[in-house]
Order: sequence, then structure tokens, then C-alpha cells
Amino acid sequence: MQIMVNGTTHEVDVEEDMPLLWVLRDELGITGPKYGCGIAQCGACTVHVDGVAVRSCQLAAGDVDGEVTTIEGLGTPDALHAVQEAWIEHQVAQCGYCQSGQIMAAASFLETNPEPTDDDIDRAMSANLCRCGTYPRIREAVRSAATKLMEA
Amino acid sequence: MGRIRTIARRTFLIGSATIVGGVAFGYYMYQRPSANPLLTDLGEGEAAITPYVKIDADGITLITPRADKGQGAYSIQAALIAEELDVELDQVNVDPGPPSPAYYNTALSEEGAPFMSTDEGFMAESIRAVMDVPMKFLGMQVTGGSTTVPDGYEKLRIAGAVARETLKSAAASKLGIDPDQLKTANATVIAPDGTELSYVELAPLAAAIDPVTNISLRDPKQWRMLCRPMQRIDIVPKSTGALKYGIDYEVDGMVHATVKLNPRQGGAINGFDASAAEKMRGVKAIVPITGGVGVVADNTWRAIQAANAIEFDWGEAPYPAEMDGHWQTLSESFIEDRLESRQRDDGDVETALQGADVIEAEYRVPYLAHAPLEPISAIVKVTDTRVDIWTGTQIPRFTQNSVAAMTGLDAEAVHIHVLMMGGSFGHRLEDEVVKQTVEIAMAMKGTPVKVTYSREEDFAHDFPRQIAMARGRGAARDGQVDSYDLSIAMPSVIASQMGRQNFSVPGPDSQIVAGAWDQPFAIPNYRTTGYRAPELAPISSWRSVGASSNGFFHDCFLDELVHAAGADPLEERIRLCWHEPSRKVLEAVGEMSGWGSDLGPNRGRGVAFCMSFGVSCAEVIEVTNTDAGIKIDKVYVAAEVGKVMDPVNFDNLVKGGVVFGLGHAMNCQITYSDGMAEQTNYHDYEGMRLYQCPQIEVRGLENGSKIRGIGEPPVPPAAPALANAIFAATGQRIRELPLNKHIDFV
Ligand code: FES
Ligand code: FES
Repeated sequence: MQIMVNGTTHEVDVEEDMPLLWVLRDELGITGPKYGCGIAQCGACTVHVDGVAVRSCQLAAGDVDGEVTTIEGLGTPDALHAVQEAWIEHQVAQCGYCQSGQIMAAASFLETNPEPTDDDIDRAMSANLCRCGTYPRIREAVRSAATKLMEA
Repeated sequence: MGRIRTIARRTFLIGSATIVGGVAFGYYMYQRPSANPLLTDLGEGEAAITPYVKIDADGITLITPRADKGQGAYSIQAALIAEELDVELDQVNVDPGPPSPAYYNTALSEEGAPFMSTDEGFMAESIRAVMDVPMKFLGMQVTGGSTTVPDGYEKLRIAGAVARETLKSAAASKLGIDPDQLKTANATVIAPDGTELSYVELAPLAAAIDPVTNISLRDPKQWRMLCRPMQRIDIVPKSTGALKYGIDYEVDGMVHATVKLNPRQGGAINGFDASAAEKMRGVKAIVPITGGVGVVADNTWRAIQAANAIEFDWGEAPYPAEMDGHWQTLSESFIEDRLESRQRDDGDVETALQGADVIEAEYRVPYLAHAPLEPISAIVKVTDTRVDIWTGTQIPRFTQNSVAAMTGLDAEAVHIHVLMMGGSFGHRLEDEVVKQTVEIAMAMKGTPVKVTYSREEDFAHDFPRQIAMARGRGAARDGQVDSYDLSIAMPSVIASQMGRQNFSVPGPDSQIVAGAWDQPFAIPNYRTTGYRAPELAPISSWRSVGASSNGFFHDCFLDELVHAAGADPLEERIRLCWHEPSRKVLEAVGEMSGWGSDLGPNRGRGVAFCMSFGVSCAEVIEVTNTDAGIKIDKVYVAAEVGKVMDPVNFDNLVKGGVVFGLGHAMNCQITYSDGMAEQTNYHDYEGMRLYQCPQIEVRGLENGSKIRGIGEPPVPPAAPALANAIFAATGQRIRELPLNKHIDFV
């Protein structure tokens, strides 16, 4: 089957029910999306399909019906996305393992809700687990990313 | 061979060595250099040294032996060298280095000695020095016990300074001027006329002269990096998905695998039927290993699917199948036969309690999984002459030795490449995954095998935090806490953990009472007793180890007595505290939280204190008792660490420690039924979610005499501060974790 990731179309030979996460990681070598739980509990595997955040551990390869963007396609060290800029400014990461998913969740959330209240942020970001407890910095970074995006 | 010169400095020897195209600076210990870690990976003509700085044609490499599992260890170690070396962090490579006996960890064994961290008298200091010797010969290159900063604080700066002065000396002879006229900045030596010589071009010259070791370290007032907000070196790769963790790593020709082990940990495998699994797409091999099987496939998901399709006949667990049995074992351990330590016995508790209004209470804490977000993994390639291991580990030396024994090769033939870790919390102080991967790789020599645990397998084989029980008796007199008698029973974490490394550690296990016996309070009649329960489920060090349970026991029971005395919880702790830096920590949280001010209806605040790993840490928590349950509003934390080396990282680690402590206290436990852990994934082991995260205010104090690490100390006071706050808000005294067995949280 064909799948478009970060602007490139790939031909992959996988079972229809293989989760997108494992297609990305083991078939295409795109390791920004992480395996944390495999059951939609942690959000470490979050990617965008046509701009909307989805949990790639829950999306079967056969059901991918749009263009996939992973953290690698969101921005790069030379051309950072505003959310990544905010994440760096606030030095959010500890181990960093959850942060690809956190950033992808935040980027998609701010697309739909560019002027979030603190409650909105809490609600939107609570589906992503961080075992290192970086939540206070995630809140600050989402707030400043919102400001950046509004100004841009 | 290149030339090696050493000059004694303090208790260690610093030297330089010629390497191909450059120079290395580093240490020898006790005159006899430990076996050289780089030797096997260096070419002919290169010299043996345990380096912290390497300069050659590839540039400048700072070697940071202590593992980074998310706490920023690489950054702080690199900054300690760079501060004196006069390089910027974006000009250097940072390399964790191969395992070496010379990268020993002195601070860790110090805290194992039976003296309070507050006791810096002659006796305590000299015993600590003795304790250091066996540690050195064990060659423990261990990352743990919040020791990275204490251990490297001087060593790494001295290495940087010696390298800088030697490079200056090389430049001075090249230019024919006095070294005192030279300056250094940005990895260059600068002459008065503006001539700049880069460290890289000076390296071969520096290798040819004696290292300059009569250096003095810079006054902290002159520091340009340390103690200021720094950008962590890994922050950009961690924010762009570029950072490769162990689980992301790939080597040529690698196959993907997973394991399925008896969920009754340590139980036998009586048989299995893999006929369905064998036929599944992508499956390459099914390899029996100790306690289970390895499934090798061409994709991790296929390996996991196939592993789930195998039918197993598992043997019984070597510990009680149900929780009742675990609790009963603890309950029966408070007996003379199991008494292991009574390191505090002030006044006369028995006499003081006679005729007094005695408060008695029993406390319990459950097993807890480490569950770092990155499931454990390892890549191993075995050939007839060498083994390569790529993994995120905190104990490379232990692993090297056990893999040498498994394969019959010399330790030097076992090469460990330490990779970045997506958290640990103590999980990566275990190396079973490596041993299992080696077993599979030995069956497929020449092929690199990557084992990735499924999250479920990781939960089933986490080697959780100890289960523990405490019994307190005490009394108040004249409005003050007068007698306090705490007995703690738990199995030995150290025995369980070191047992898996085939080490037996003599003497009492200090962790059974850590965080309880060593608290700086002058209660007139004050006793703490440790009982070693028999081994139950296999357990391991969990962020803050013994203090993770004992901090809860010790402080909550103290809180009960303070209330019985009718005293103010903060004031009474301050009155009882004899240790000046600890008292300042308590006063600081009092001031930060506006202790004593009116919080309004349905609200309450609690305070807790625990000294662990030499760090005094106090937390005040404010909660609201809502109709739907307890809401944690605010947390104030003060900690005494000697010096805050990196304010941003400090703030992040303290907040993270609080969230970790509170999340587990609220709703986490590992329970066994039919010998198997009942919690299989994060849906029933949730911890804290972002919407529950309180505002956290942090203050680092610098009144102590030693530099301390902050990775663990914020954890122990979190649970008791929360339980004490819930008592203040509701009148309900909860003596068992997780708290949600007794009260709801919103
Ligand atoms: S791995 Fe997909 S939500 Fe956890
Ligand atoms: S930073 Fe480690 S899990 Fe979030």
C-alpha cells in the first residue's frame, strides 16, 4: 500500500491491521513517534493525519486516509515550528520521550483553538502522559506557543 | 605506545596521554590505573588513560561517564568541564564513554555508610573514605542515588582546568612567551597580540609536554556557565524528534524481537506451544530463554503479535500468589529474629510511654512500578570474539561482567554502547533485558538482535519498589512531641537487586530505615527500628529507594503526634529540628506558603519534611475538599543542595519529583493475584495527569557545606505532605498508599 509521510510517498508491504506507529518506526525508520503503551493511554505516538492529531498506535495502516505528518515533518532544528520553539525556550523536556507526542498534540490543538484558556490547555493536554512530570512547563510552553502563533 | 605521565593531586592522579592526532586528559586511581576503557577501541600507538577530555583532529570531546536518563546528567557534566576548559557547549562533542573501572562513583558508597548525612564529624568522614575503597574495586560505574553532581563537582572541573593550562603551556612554548600572558576562550588560546591558536591545533603539542597540574579552580563568582540558566545540550534534539533513544536505535542487519517471560516472576516455564506463532508473518525464530521465550521477527509489532499467540504453561511464583500473603509476611516480621537495625535510640521510649496517652498507628505502602515511558530494550550482536551491546543502562560495568560470564569471553571483548534513556526512575539499574537479548543473540551469532519489551511485559517484569509496613507508637507531653517509636518492616531491596547481579552485600540494609532513622529531629525519646522481612516479589531501587516509603511513614506519624500535642505542624517541626540547614528549609516553605494564613472553607494545608541523599527537603501542600474529591491546589518546595548548579534544570527536576511523588501517592500500586502483577498498562497505573497538576513553587537553598544532587529528594516528602493536607482539610487520617483507596481525587 502507499502512504504519504512528511511529503514523501512510500510503498509499504504490510498487513492492513499493522498500526501506523510500527509502519513508521520499523518499516520506514521514522522514530520521532514513540511507542509508550500501545493502547491509547499515553499519547507518545501522536502524529497528524491531514493536520489532525491521532494516536498512531491505534490507527491501522489500512485506515490511513490522508497525509501523515510526524514530529520530523513539523519542523527541523533550522526551521522550528512555533510549538517547538516554545518547547526549547521553556526547556520542557526531561527524558524527552513523551515530548514528540506532546508537541504534536499541542500543535494540532492550537490550530483548532488559537486562543485557549488555561482550562482548555489542561483539558487538551491531559491525554498525554509524562512520567517525568514536566506538566508545569508544558502549560507554560503551550501558552507561549499560542502567543507566538497569534503574532505570526 | 604513547607517553603517559601522571602527577599526584589529592587522592587521585591526573595525567595526560598522547592519542592519535591529539591529547587526552584524565585520571588514574590509586596509582594503579584501572584497565583502560578506550584501549580496546583505540588504534596502535595510542595511550591508556581514563579521559574526561579528548582533543584530536575530530575536535574536542568531553566524556561524561554518568548516564543520562532524563535528568540532564550529560549537560551538567559537560558544563563542569567546559567551565574551566573555556569552551562553549556547542563547540564540543559529548560522549558517555565506554564502561571503565576508573569511572568509579565515590558519592554513592558514602551514603551507604551508617552515618547520617548531617554528620560530618571525623568518624563519619573517615568511615566514608574507607567505604569508598571496596566501591572502587567493585568498579561500580553506577548512576544512582542522586550522585552525579556530588561525584563530578571537583573531578570534572579539575580535568577541565588541567587541560586548559596544559594547552596554554603548549601555546606559550610555540609562541615563545610566558603562559601568564595568554588567555583562553571559545576553545582557543589567545596571545596579547591577538594571535589565536585553537585547542585542536595545539593538541599534538600539548601531548608532548608534561601536564600542568598546579592549577587552582576558579572562584564560583567567576563562573560564566555554572549556576546560571543553561540550555541543555539535548533540548533541541528532544524537541524535534531527532534524538535517538535506545528503543530507536538501529544497527545494520538487525532483526526485531520481543520476549515473553513467566508473569509469575522467577517461576519456571513448564512448556509452551508456539505452533501458531511460528506460522505468523515475519516470524524468524522462537528461542527458549531463561524463564520464557524470545520471538524474533522482521518488525517489532509482528514479534509482539506472535509472542501473544504462544500458549504457555507457567510454573508457580516463588512468592505468595495473593496480596494477603505479602501483607501477612510483613506483619509477622516485627519480631526480634528479624530485627536488623536500631540506629536511633535516644532517651528512653519504653519508660516515656508508660502511663502516657499513647498514639498507635500502622502504615502501609504498596509495590510500585518504575514504568518509565520508554519500554526497555537492548540490541546485542554476538560473534565468536566479541559482543556489542547498545542499550540505555545505569550499570554498564555489571552488565559487562555478566555478559562476559554468559559468553565465555573476556570482559574486554564485551563492548557496551550506552544510549539515551526515556526515563528510568531506577528501572535501568536492572539489566535482565540485556541478558535475555544475549541469550537470543547467542542462538543467532553474527546477527544483531533488538529486543523491545511490550508495555505489558514491562509492567509484568518491572522489579517494583518495595512493599513496606510501619508501626508507630508515641506520645505528646505539655504541648510538645515527647516520644516517638517507629518500626519498619520490608524486604531488602539491596539484597534482591544485588542478588540478581550475584553479589551479596554484607551487613544491614541501610535502605530499610533510610528516610526515617536519619531525620534531624531532637525528640526527647526517639527510636527507629528496622526489620528485614523475608524476600517476597523481586524488588528494585525506585526513585529515592527506602526513603520513598519511609518518608511517608516517618513524617505522617510525626504529624499525628504534633496534632496530638495540639501544636502547629510547621512550628513544632522547626522547634524539634536541630540541624540548621534543615530548619532553614522548613522556615522557607513556611514563608513561601504564607503558613498560618486563613485558607477559607473546605481547604487545608499540610507540611512534610524528609532528608534523603543528604538533601533536606520540605513541602507544603494546599488542597480543597470539593464535592467530587480532593483537588491539589498548590505545592511549595524548598530544598537544601549546597549549590544550585543549573537553576532551570533544578526547577524542572524538583517539579518533576513532586509530580512523580504525588501521582503515585494518589493512585498507583502494583498488586499480585495468582502470582501475577494485576496492573498491565497505564490505564490502571495512571499517576498524575496534567489537569491534576498543581502550581508548584520551588526554592533551592545554599546553606549546606556539600554539593548534592536533586533527582530523588523531592519525592519522599510529597506523599506525606499530601496525606497531612488531606487530614487538615477533612479530618481523615489516611495511613495507606495509594490514597485513592480511601478518598477520591479530582
Ligand atoms: S503508544 Fe499510542 S497512545 Fe501510547
Ligand atoms: S519528559 Fe520524560 S516522559 Fe515526559
